[in-house]
Amino acid sequence: MQVDSYRFLPRSFRPLYEGRGAFPGESEPVWTPFAKRLADSRIALLTSAGIHLKAGQPAFDLDGERARPEWGDPTWRIIAASTEPDAIGVAHLHINEDDLLADPEIALPMRGLDQLVADAVVGSAVGEHLAVMGYQDRGLDDWRRTTAPAILEHLRAQEADGLVLAPA
Amino acid sequence: MPVLARWIEAAGMPTVVVTMMPSVAEERRAPRIVGVEFPFGHAFGMPHDRTMQRGVLELALRVLAGANAFGTRVDFDLEWPVPLREAYRAWQPKEPSPIVKKLLAARER
Repeated sequence: MQVDSYRFLPRSFRPLYEGRGAFPGESEPVWTPFAKRLADSRIALLTSAGIHLKAGQPAFDLDGERARPEWGDPTWRIIAASTEPDAIGVAHLHINEDDLLADPEIALPMRGLDQLVADAVVGSAVGEHLAVMGYQDRGLDDWRRTTAPAILEHLRAQEADGLVLAPA
Repeated sequence: MPVLARWIEAAGMPTVVVTMMPSVAEERRAPRIVGVEFPFGHAFGMPHDRTMQRGVLELALRVLAGANAFGTRVDFDLEWPVPLREAYRAWQPKEPSPIVKKLLAARER
């Protein structure tokens, strides 16, 4: 089947997304071949659902967004693969967080990935996955300048061979 | 998110984007795309449905490892098992986001 990209989007939002094309300077193909077999590879996950650890990490800055509605917190969080689901919080003003809190696997399937490792589909998982808050359309400069290089450095330190990104 | 994938891919790390708006990810030129016709906030499926979640994750990994060209898109072949109206209501935030509030206020003026 072909997915209807607008099935769950309010009709009035559709023109904000459809037919807008690439961001300036972001239309050329970018490509890195996946060199290894999946069963020999180390995989990392990244969610933009605003997931954070309730203890020891600040939530994404929602008050800042309330004060400046065009701004979204561009920072990122490390989520250890061993994190228990009830240690996870959600800070994202554009989605309902109830299902995410009930089962964070719907956005960050760390246990699902571990199971694929146990079943020898995937070689291994990184020890530390990644989380951002995805409302950024008007503030991509911070992501480009600060967040993306920091995330990349983290992925290299974790010896990741590939990254699965999931927007909220 | 597609643009974040592009920056990471351009720096030498293969990426795949799992998204409920795959045609937008295509427009934004993500290198590898898996489309899901799921409500926002539910990229990997229903809460506690391990079979559905595994299906999406495994497809994403197969596309990550096996796609042979920029722009490869594969859609996950499953209809959301909740009636549309109910699912549409359920994913939305309990109150409008700040930008939506601002746009609504501007429209009323």
